[in-house]
Amino acid sequence: MLKDQDRIFTNIYGMKDRSLAGAKARGHWDGTAKIIKNGRDWIIDQMKASGLRGRGGAGFPTGLKWSFMPKETDGRPAYLVINADESEPGTCKDREIMRHDPHTLIEGALIASFAIGANNAYIYIRGEFIREREALQAAIDECYADGLLGKNACKSGWDFDLYLHHGAGAYICGEETALLESLEGKKGMPRMKPPFPAGAGLYGCPTTVNNVESIAVAPTILRRGPEWFSSFGRPNNAGTKLFAMSGHVNTPCVFEEEMSLPMRELIEKHGGGIRGGWDNLKAIIPGGASCPVLPKEMCEDAIMDFDWMRENRSSMGTACMIVMDNDTDVIKAIWRLSKFFKHESCGQCTPCREGTGWMARVMDRLVRGEAEIEEIDMLFDVTKQVEGHTICALGDAAAWPIQGLIRHFREEIEDRIKANKTGRMGAMAAE
Amino acid sequence: MLRRLHHTQPESFAFTPDNLAWATAQLTKYPEGREASAIIPLLWRAQEQEGWLSKPALEYVADMLGMAYIRALEVASFYFMFQMQPTGSVAHVQVCGTTSCMICGAESLIAVCQEMIAANPHDLSADGKFSWEEVECLGACSNAPMVQIGKDFYEDLTPEMLRDILTRLGKGDVPLPGPQNGRYGCEPAGGPVVLGEGNNARADHNGSVQIASDIGETVKRIVGTEVPLTAPWTDRGGRPRNDEAAPVEFMTAAKQAAAEKKAAKPAEKKVAPKVEDTPASDVAEKKPRTMKAPRKAGADDLKQLKGVGPKLEETLNELGFWHFDQIAKWGAAEIAWVDSRLKFKGRIERDGWIEQAEKLAAGEETGFSARVKKGKIY
Repeated sequence: MLKDQDRIFTNIYGMKDRSLAGAKARGHWDGTAKIIKNGRDWIIDQMKASGLRGRGGAGFPTGLKWSFMPKETDGRPAYLVINADESEPGTCKDREIMRHDPHTLIEGALIASFAIGANNAYIYIRGEFIREREALQAAIDECYADGLLGKNACKSGWDFDLYLHHGAGAYICGEETALLESLEGKKGMPRMKPPFPAGAGLYGCPTTVNNVESIAVAPTILRRGPEWFSSFGRPNNAGTKLFAMSGHVNTPCVFEEEMSLPMRELIEKHGGGIRGGWDNLKAIIPGGASCPVLPKEMCEDAIMDFDWMRENRSSMGTACMIVMDNDTDVIKAIWRLSKFFKHESCGQCTPCREGTGWMARVMDRLVRGEAEIEEIDMLFDVTKQVEGHTICALGDAAAWPIQGLIRHFREEIEDRIKANKTGRMGAMAAE
Repeated sequence: MLRRLHHTQPESFAFTPDNLAWATAQLTKYPEGREASAIIPLLWRAQEQEGWLSKPALEYVADMLGMAYIRALEVASFYFMFQMQPTGSVAHVQVCGTTSCMICGAESLIAVCQEMIAANPHDLSADGKFSWEEVECLGACSNAPMVQIGKDFYEDLTPEMLRDILTRLGKGDVPLPGPQNGRYGCEPAGGPVVLGEGNNARADHNGSVQIASDIGETVKRIVGTEVPLTAPWTDRGGRPRNDEAAPVEFMTAAKQAAAEKKAAKPAEKKVAPKVEDTPASDVAEKKPRTMKAPRKAGADDLKQLKGVGPKLEETLNELGFWHFDQIAKWGAAEIAWVDSRLKFKGRIERDGWIEQAEKLAAGEETGFSARVKKGKIY
């Protein structure tokens, strides 16, 4: 278990001084200019050595991403864009950084921008986070007043401006190229890649898009050294991470913990256990809506990190678990996610626009059992036809939860269909 | 999802002076020529001022940003936070209904809204004070179930709590937002398991609720005087800093007409050249050398240029172009001149006419011309 002195987010609950003075007292903004004076290459090497993988869900190594930015400018400015469009169902971690520990993010933005050669950065926060936006803007204003942002930011010799921009309620804008489109004042429809944002991103200029948490952990990693960070977690899954729990645990919460801990341990310690005891657990969605659901048997020895989740055909995602106990209708829970993806498909690619609607309609009937047994395979086939056939990953994200449901809860779906046909209660429902 | 302009629209819209100053300051966040970036924040402020987005508001903001109206409508209809119809005069209630909240009881919150406000989402309550809708995940899952009312999140709700909140709002009271079950923020109920030290001097409320209680404008229509305007960024973004709100540079009628013309379908225009048409190109035009008739050896087969068909060849002949070497000599200004007469903006460059013509004039072949010669194209 992580000790308090090893936490990066020391004020994640907002119970300590949230101001700049408070952040400085907790060690933030310490020696920032010195870190920057070490140079771009040093920063990127340290980030690579730390093994930090992007905290937005895909887990792409952050240092590597920074290294893709052009070293020599061709006259176009470079941009850092911070993805604060936290909209993945189940995910509620970046909100806490922005409203309670914003200086981790602002300091990280300065360092990351320097490392990629950007003098300007935009934070794209989701529109619904109105108070979080105000809290973050207040923190940015404080930093300007203190000389930490602006010309010769933090006396580092680097000119840096940080702008806060917001969306207006579109999940798809969490996809990096859709986010850039939205930031340019258009509908948030993802762009084809290549060109990748590092070549042509915001306004056609080299751009790096990072999740809030990836940026916010950077200063502490650079201060304490990559060895410190990579001492947590298994190889390839390094570091500490914000986790969250929602649903049927006794005490849902957000917390920072080291990677690669057993899921059960996290739930017992932070979530206060499953409502009604561990044996009342039915299933867990490990990291946001797009991650395939895991049944109780798999949760027993599940390890919360990228590799375990991948090996077990799920995904670490944002590490924000949705916990469901035996009272939950798991088919309905997944149906609700299908409804979500149908609502949030931007409509650009046909397989996704039409497919999410199909999937949601079939799921709707499966919830009530008004279907044929063969339709389960048909639904699975539809998910396979959507997956991988769209510009962005929303199509995949819509397909995976259903595939996970069919993989692990097929019996329950069949049982419900049979019960509906015969009018008798199914064997499983009677248990 | 189909979202349209409401059938009944107000006469006009204008930002309040303070909102206008705020909006003008927002423009300086973006580089010169990228004002369109500010559309979401500006539309949002318009909605905060009026409660919903009307057609005049859309047009007002589009004018401010130099955008075609359709682009503003596209944005407004794409993003779900924009309310395209009037909302309750006191508040619009957004119930999060996605999985985390659903399994924690969001459906019973929706039932409360149906009972106390209206049976269907987006309908106004009988007294016109409230409207509601089910929204997708609002990102406060560890405080599920929750609703957003005005600017604020009311979290850790039970149906009774929501009932009480709505009743009090109806009476003009604004209940304190945030967790309603005694939690401070996102820590485990009963107190933090970790980071338990040094919390003695904590603020009264968590980061979000503190602002709400300090300013107190949770469900208020925003006029811009609620908080002082700050825009501390310097001119690095390509813009001079705007201490005093400069007068907004509205789009002139001529600029608007040009924008609309640009947005109009090119298919409606005839291919035949019309010299009197004003050019739309940025490059100054220069008339290239033309000829009244082909040289004695006969005209070149311009159809060997990829991108030139029989119809276009005829047009080029009419303009006075018969030979590859003529085309090969065009520079940017000449291309602009021809472009504006062909009405195929950018085609000359896109298809690489000049490079092709240079080769053909020198007696070489291109892949396309070889196929034309074999009779495989025309």
